[in-house]
Amino acid sequence: MVNVIMTTPEQSVTERIERPAQPPVSAEPAPKLTFEAKNVSIWYGEKRAIENVSLDIASNAVTAIIGPSGCGKSTFLRALNRMHELVPKTRMDGTVLLHGEDLYSKTVDPAIVRRRVGMIFQKSNPFPTMTIGENVVVGLRLNGVRNQKFLNERLEKSLRMAALWDEVKDDLHKPGTSLSGGQQQRLCIARSLAVEPEVILMDEPCSALDPIATAKIEELIHELKAKYTIVTVTHNMQQAGRISDYTAFMYLGRLIEFGPTTKIFTNPTEKQTEDYITGRFG
Amino acid sequence: MHLERAHNHNWRKIKSALASGIAFVSAVLVITPLGLVFFHLVINGASSVNWDFFTKLPAPVGAVGGGMVNAIVGSLQLLALAGVIGIPIGVLGGVYLAEYGSARLNSVLRFLADVLNGVPSITWGVVVYGLVVLRFKGFSAYAGGLALGLIMIPLILRTTEEVVLLVPNGYREAALALGVSRWKTIVHIVMKTASRGIITGILLALARIGGETAPLLFTAFGNRFWNHSLSEPIAALPLQIFTYAISPYDDWHRQAWAGALVLVTGIFCVNVLVRILTRGRGAPVV
Repeated sequence: MVNVIMTTPEQSVTERIERPAQPPVSAEPAPKLTFEAKNVSIWYGEKRAIENVSLDIASNAVTAIIGPSGCGKSTFLRALNRMHELVPKTRMDGTVLLHGEDLYSKTVDPAIVRRRVGMIFQKSNPFPTMTIGENVVVGLRLNGVRNQKFLNERLEKSLRMAALWDEVKDDLHKPGTSLSGGQQQRLCIARSLAVEPEVILMDEPCSALDPIATAKIEELIHELKAKYTIVTVTHNMQQAGRISDYTAFMYLGRLIEFGPTTKIFTNPTEKQTEDYITGRFG
Repeated sequence: MHLERAHNHNWRKIKSALASGIAFVSAVLVITPLGLVFFHLVINGASSVNWDFFTKLPAPVGAVGGGMVNAIVGSLQLLALAGVIGIPIGVLGGVYLAEYGSARLNSVLRFLADVLNGVPSITWGVVVYGLVVLRFKGFSAYAGGLALGLIMIPLILRTTEEVVLLVPNGYREAALALGVSRWKTIVHIVMKTASRGIITGILLALARIGGETAPLLFTAFGNRFWNHSLSEPIAALPLQIFTYAISPYDDWHRQAWAGALVLVTGIFCVNVLVRILTRGRGAPVV
């Protein structure tokens, strides 16, 4: 979907919020939306990383963002939980609504946004000073949860959801870094699930993993979508085809095309999308 | 052509051997003074290091025996005072440099800390003399501890900054993405990950100030007896060694050697402790 109605910065925020959400595909009934991003532009210093990206993300579905390196797909993903703000001198324009609430309203605390919108990174990063168990519940602990019974329940629940419980249930006291790469990534997913987010963002979650570990994560993504909205950035087009319901193709900071994955991969509207998907560039 | 290359090859081999030979000799020359110092201290001081040395107050001139217990305890008290001032300010300042601030401000702060690290230690003594000793009209343990603490601050600041910067950004991002606040991320994730390195920096700073004499000359002043109040002069091992070494008495000279041996051994032990800490398995940082 390419947003044809240009929103001018002068328009008030409420005006933009009140505008009815546009469904990603006109032909199908509009699915329930988790995110509505409108005219999002982000600058790192003087450099514009993404330009006027408008994208609606459906609930309980997997949306994949594909595109060549440097196209802004990671920046857009990070704009969904305000992680891009960690880079000094960033500037953002446009709005991102999460279930209708403006993520960038002045009264919104980024920490609260990130509690609702979790994130998995390219390189698995369990905390090296903590055991497997401590890693899973660290988000709850540092957010003030002290009840040990509650923590233990959440620990098992999160590890089960991340399909890791059976592999580590006897080793919860071992360091998180003692696990294999794929297990570490699932540990990071469990850590993210433990704070019960609504959305999980994944920034190339499998690019450092071998094919078997990748297959496990992909299966996990498929299971998690029943409960969570998932947005993933991937370099791997086959993977996008396998796991996602919707695909967005970005190029040079712009959203080129967005639609159901089957349509993007079999019958793309834009020439650039087709060129990228068929491997003519990228 | 072929022969010429062989000739070149030999000449290169000689140059290579020469370079590594010079490097080896230099390395030996670096270690030699340490060996000489330790050897000399053991020869001259070992005979005077005995139970009395660690348990008795200094004996009057001419009297046999006596020890330096007041100086040993005094040094530990001064290190504790210095630590109270130097550790929190140094560690928090280092964390600020690594985690907060603007690039421009930080490069200024970093430069100033490096300048402070190069300030001769007697200067700190003079500064504290002017600020504390003159104002409160008396030498004191507080003044000595302050002088040593001020020396510690830039040392700890720089080592803390370096080890905190070594913590991979992925850990900060992971914690922040869980909705953990910035300061909790820094305290519970970043500083915890860097804790070994931070502790190492603190120990090295303590070892460095443990042997300082100049800043104590007109702050802590020294004391031949027990110190009963921190607002009064206090003995310190390096000061006691200094006083004894410039005295005309042979048995004081022997005590000074013994004191120096104890001091060097103590600092050596701290450095060994640092080695053990930094070698530990799974040490993520430093």
